[in-house]
Amino acid sequence: MRTLRIGAGSGFSGDRIEPAVALAREGRLDYLVFECLAERTIALAQLARLADPAKGYDTRLEQRLRAVLPDCLHNGTRIVTNMGAANPLAAAERAAALAREMGLKLRVAAVLGDDVLDRIGPASLDETGAPAAALGARLVSANAYIGASGIAEALAAGADLVICGRASDPSLFLGPLLHEFGWAMDDWTRLGRGILVGHLLECSAQVSGGYYADPGLKDVPDLAAIGFPLAEVDESGNAVITKLPGTGGCVSRGTCIEQLLYEIHDPARYLQPDVVADFSQVTFEETGPDRVAVRGGAGHPRSGLLKVSVGCRDGWTGWGEISYAGPGAAARGRLAAEIVRTRLAAQGNALEEMRCDLIGLDAILPASAGPAAAEPREVRLRVAGCSPQREVAAALADEVEALYLCGPAGGGGVATGLREVIGIRSAFLPAEAVPVSVHCVEA
Amino acid sequence: MKLHEIAHGRAGDKGDISNISVIAYRPGDWPLIEAEVTAEKVAALFDRKVSVTRHVLPQLQALNFVITGALPGGVTRSLALDAHGKALAFAVLDMEIGARP
Repeated sequence: MRTLRIGAGSGFSGDRIEPAVALAREGRLDYLVFECLAERTIALAQLARLADPAKGYDTRLEQRLRAVLPDCLHNGTRIVTNMGAANPLAAAERAAALAREMGLKLRVAAVLGDDVLDRIGPASLDETGAPAAALGARLVSANAYIGASGIAEALAAGADLVICGRASDPSLFLGPLLHEFGWAMDDWTRLGRGILVGHLLECSAQVSGGYYADPGLKDVPDLAAIGFPLAEVDESGNAVITKLPGTGGCVSRGTCIEQLLYEIHDPARYLQPDVVADFSQVTFEETGPDRVAVRGGAGHPRSGLLKVSVGCRDGWTGWGEISYAGPGAAARGRLAAEIVRTRLAAQGNALEEMRCDLIGLDAILPASAGPAAAEPREVRLRVAGCSPQREVAAALADEVEALYLCGPAGGGGVATGLREVIGIRSAFLPAEAVPVSVHCVEA
Repeated sequence: MKLHEIAHGRAGDKGDISNISVIAYRPGDWPLIEAEVTAEKVAALFDRKVSVTRHVLPQLQALNFVITGALPGGVTRSLALDAHGKALAFAVLDMEIGARP
């Protein structure tokens, strides 16, 4: 039976590049997939595009392509990515220009259609029930999660490099499977299995030992040189997850189960643009060192609705931090927090929400999750608040800074910050309202 | 004993929803985990109102908790130091459960 080799070159925009280069060079891959788009990233990319119409794609696009293109072209490995973010067309043009600079011959395809800002207005937002148009000038982006068919179409058109915007993450992997194996768009079992493979690979090292180590319980070899995963997928959609020999990390039943259940909600109904994937009967079997066979993926008919990520300007967040150490550190930290609260209240500030955390004591876990920790040798107070108004959020940071001379004894190491918040809301559109097209650029 | 001794897991987020897996290291510990790590006990870990759905995957000896309302504001707006709630998996693994029979 024919087997396709698909590798994961990244699981987020900031991921390492060397493991992708190793896969491009030695992976004997048919496809290398770069997943680089988080929920909020595309809204930020839309802001970048508004500021400069030639921008809005992943800022590491060139760096990644420069690192892998020669090996991929030499080895016949085709690349699929969502690094197009808010501007797949500009990304494709930049990629073609880069290939020309490097003396490489390349056919690039941009998959378009996910940007639905021009028709999202009447759609009601899940969070509020109000139409998106009610956001007014705050509305900055609306991107539908599109499926794999545009990617398959681009591959059929001969693209060596396929650049998408907001395609669903597992669809980046399903696209090549559709193209190579000619699966029907109502073959729910195979579509579900393809999504399963994509879901296991989409977070790169999370299935090959990254984000897994817990010393003494889950030891992972050579995390500093972790290898990214690849799947060997057969025509029926069953697969083996593995990684390159000699790389760090591990692929085991445990890493696969953690990744299987990662962010999917109901395992029997993982909602995707092309299929409702069913992972409820999936099994994993370790068949060799760093080799795990995946079976039992299934699927049900797609809903016909596409989720849309709606980005909006959502005010400002200000924050400030200061450290206290030695005897009574926590008490001085609490006093400092009280001073900031009192000062801001006295100014009648319009902070919508504010929190004060003592890092090391109460900043991360829910307060009721366990017994209070013993008094630490040192704490760092962190105060954060948000407001629709920039100056109100900025005032919070100012009050933390003022603790230097006006607060408790021995505070040090103040750091403050202020950033605009891009909120993400959800809406749904019928798939027919989101036509997808492919645009090819030659280098 | 703590759940951490016999199970591992990972947390992820979508909006204000946290998704936390709990996976037995050894099949022999699965009945204990299935009996003890209930939706109610997971909900009680939070210092705010949450609604918890538990999905059971016996063939993997794993549980998947979907916790709505766990991450106020979601990752883009949250003021929390761990805005994704990634550490919440270890809040669940910190749970005290009965000893093995």
